Order: sequence, then C-alpha cells, then structure tokens
Amino acid sequence: MSGDEAACTAERVARDSYGRLVAFLAARTRDVAGAEDALAEAFTAALRMWPVDGVPLNPDAWLLTAARRRQLDAGRRRQTRTAGAAQLKIIAEELDEMAANPEPIPDRRLALMFACAHPAIERGMRTPLILQTILGLNAIEIGAAFLVSPATMGQRLVRAKARIKDIGIPFRIPEREELPERLDAVLDAIYAVYSKGWAEIGEADAPALVSEAIWLGRLIVSLLPEQPEAKGMLALMLYAEARHGARRDPGGRYVALEQQDTTLWDIPQIDLAEELLSAANRSGPSGRYQIEAAIQSAHAARRLLGVRNWPAIVALYDHLLALTGSPVVALNRAVALAETEGPDAALVAIADIAQDRRLQTYQPFWAAQAHLLARAGKKSESHQAFTQAVGLTADPAVRRYLLARRLALADA
Amino acid sequence: MRYMMLIHHDETALAAAPQQELWQEYAAFNEALTKAGASNGERLKGSAAATTIRVQNGKKHVLDGPYVDTKEQFAGYFFVEAPDLDAAIAWAAQCPSARYGSIEIRPVVAPGAY
Repeated sequence: MSGDEAACTAERVARDSYGRLVAFLAARTRDVAGAEDALAEAFTAALRMWPVDGVPLNPDAWLLTAARRRQLDAGRRRQTRTAGAAQLKIIAEELDEMAANPEPIPDRRLALMFACAHPAIERGMRTPLILQTILGLNAIEIGAAFLVSPATMGQRLVRAKARIKDIGIPFRIPEREELPERLDAVLDAIYAVYSKGWAEIGEADAPALVSEAIWLGRLIVSLLPEQPEAKGMLALMLYAEARHGARRDPGGRYVALEQQDTTLWDIPQIDLAEELLSAANRSGPSGRYQIEAAIQSAHAARRLLGVRNWPAIVALYDHLLALTGSPVVALNRAVALAETEGPDAALVAIADIAQDRRLQTYQPFWAAQAHLLARAGKKSESHQAFTQAVGLTADPAVRRYLLARRLALADA
Repeated sequence: MRYMMLIHHDETALAAAPQQELWQEYAAFNEALTKAGASNGERLKGSAAATTIRVQNGKKHVLDGPYVDTKEQFAGYFFVEAPDLDAAIAWAAQCPSARYGSIEIRPVVAPGAY
C-alpha cells in the first residue's frame, strides 16, 4: 500500500471518527487538550506505520489504543509533579478492557458536545469548541469563520478546554429537567455554524461550514431521536439548504425568496425536512426551531400550491415572538404582516421596534424597511433606507441587488 | 472534586428579608450539607466589620473596609465534595443566600498539584 493510500485512509478515519475518538479519550479524565494531543500523535504514527504494515482491520481501535498509550506515557512523565495517579489507573484499566473486549467504541460525542456547550463556558466559545473537538477543525479554520485571528482563537480554545478540566464540567447528557435548556445551547451552537455558512454564500469556506452543520444536525438527531427541537433544527437547515441553488441566478446575482424559481429548489431535501418536522410536531411541544421550520415549510408550500398561507405565517411569527422576544423575529413578522394587512400596517409594526439599538446596524432591518416604504409609495424615505442597507451589506451580490432596487424607485 | 462556595450578599436585600424564615432555611441547608458529609459553612460579620491590609515596598497599609466596595459583599463560605461542576451548581442553587446575592464556585487545588 502506498503512502498516499494510507494517508487517504487516515484522513477518512479522521473525518468519520475524530470526534468519537476525542470524546472517548476525554470522557473520564475531562482532559480534552490531552486527548487531542494523544490522538494527533496516534495519527502521525498511523501515517508512518500503515503504509508499511497495512491499514489495520479496525483503524478506530488501532488509533484509540495508540492514543491511550501516549496518554499513559505523558501521564507517567507528569506523575512526579502532579497527582495524576488516579487518571493513569483509569486509562490503564480502559486499555485492558479494550484489549479484552473488541466492541465498537462507545459514542460519547453527545456528552462532549454538552460539555462544550455548558453554561459555564463563555457563550461565544461554545460553537468553536464543538467545531474543534467534534470535527477536528483547527484554530486557523475556526478563526477564519469567526473573524478572529488564529492566534487569538487558539488561545481562547486552549483556555476553554483548560476550564472544562479545571472546574470539573461533566461529560454527561443532562438530567431530564435540565435537558431542554442545555440542548438549546448545543443546537444554537450547531445552528450558528450553519448560519455562518449560509450567510457567506460564495465565500471559500461556506460550503464546508454548511455541510459540517448539517452533519452535526444529523448526528444529534440520531443520538437524541426523541428530542423534537433537534429534529426541528435539522429540518430548518434542510429547508434553507434546499433553496441553495435558487439564491443566485446564473450570473451570480442575488435572487430574493419571492422571485426564486421554485423548480431550482431541491425537492428531496424539502421532503426530508417535511418528514423531520412532522415527526418533531408529533413528539412534543413546539420550540423555537420547530416554529422556524414550520415557517420555512409554509414558504416551501409555494412550490406545490403557487401561493403561501400568509395568515398562518404571521401566526407562527406571533408564536415565535412570544417565545423569543427577539427584535429580528419582530422584523420578520412585520414583513409577513405586509402580505396580509399591507405595507402601512407593516411599517407601523416596524416603528415599534425601530428604537432597538441592535437593529440600527442590522442590514435586513434597513432592507425590509426600504422595500416596505417603496410599496407604500414613500419614495424618498425608501431611497434613504436602501442607502443605509447598501452601506451595511458585505455581500457584493446583495449590494448590487439593493442598488438596482433603489434605482428602480425612480421609474416606479 | 472539592469546591469552595463563596457567598456574596447584597447586604441591604439580606437585611430586608424575613430573618426568622431565612435562618430556618439556613439551618435546614446546613443539615443537608452535614448529611452529605460536607463541612458546615461559616458566616462572616458584615462588610462594615472588614479591614484590608496591603504591604507595598515594605510599608504596611491598613484600610478600613472591604477589599472592594461593591453592592454584593463576601459574606461567608462552605465547602462541598462533588463529582462535577453540575453537582456543585446544584448545591449553590439550594443555598438560601443564592436568593440574596450570588454564590461563586471555585475548585480547590488538589494537594500536591501546583
């Protein structure tokens, strides 16, 4: 076997098993950084040995054993100065167990995700931690996605991992009463990955983020099949992803949802989302992700019916607003309201939230107002709002679209 | 793991609380702690009784008052032995003082480590 082939196998195993191996290696000692180091050394050893000896029958178990030995060696070196004897004992016992019992490696990724999204971890670091520990992304890749320098991201990741170990954050699926709240943090972290990839359409790393998020979403649904919100979130991502091919025209120009060619939507993807959503609705009360997915479902209905049920969409936004109190939800609700009660009613609803400082630098706030003002015949106010929106847009395709709409004001 | 729970009180809120009820709750909480094998906590006199010392360039500075003058003042502490942070958080949430201020949870450095 050539070195290239061995490298390919190692890479594939890394993709499929990285998080599973880190989770298993760190579960009892809570030492995520140590587990990552040991696994990195095991991968290096694999690249050296597999081309010569051949790829082992069970590459995961091979890597795990190699990583455990390294943890053990590192532990022994440290033992003189730290009280690590108990941990070494755990590791040695596990090695013996593994040798005696060639069962598949237990999947502790979910427990690891709950540790990463623990309320005692800084909110902004939960998503990066999950990306690193479950998917094996490095600080350079994560830093790029979060507009943080790799050095800073690296330091913050190291600190967060040290915190997991030092303060005793458990690797455990929370008790029933705490599960919904804790699960929300895990789902939010995964959805943040998707949103990033979705917003950065056209950027080099966007497709990777989108596929990682959907991969994590599928993983969490498979690990927690009885949790409706997990299904709701996966459905939400799939609805949005189904429209991917219709969001830009062949010339790379932005196409608004209203104008999208529904024949370009990915029908199997929408069907899958619908299935997930109805399963979620059957199995429990509606949370944020289920409601958002239901709104997407109502938008997707245009493909079949040619029209949308706007009163139902407004009602869903009412629900969501009551649940979240988010000004962004209030904005989206106002936009839907324009379809049932006209642009003037929508502008009144927007005036209620216009004081919110967070919205002042939120591009969709200005774009929505500009469109509504244009529909209400308020040309000069609309022109101003379009100008604000253009100024806040980073995406060149969206900027061109908004400028074209502003120009069209004069002709209307 | 061994955790120290640092109790910080909003002294005004605490003074306004129904005292008899509060200290009854505390007695029950201390009993639960003892049953779990943890040591009883200790309550400190109010921040008005604090004195702060600092030695700079060999010179001793004595200040009347607490280390920092904030709304919530260090008021007492207890220790728990807990398998993980979640168990420590459960103890902190049960402590009556959590409603009159905050409880800071700090892991104690294991003997022999540095």
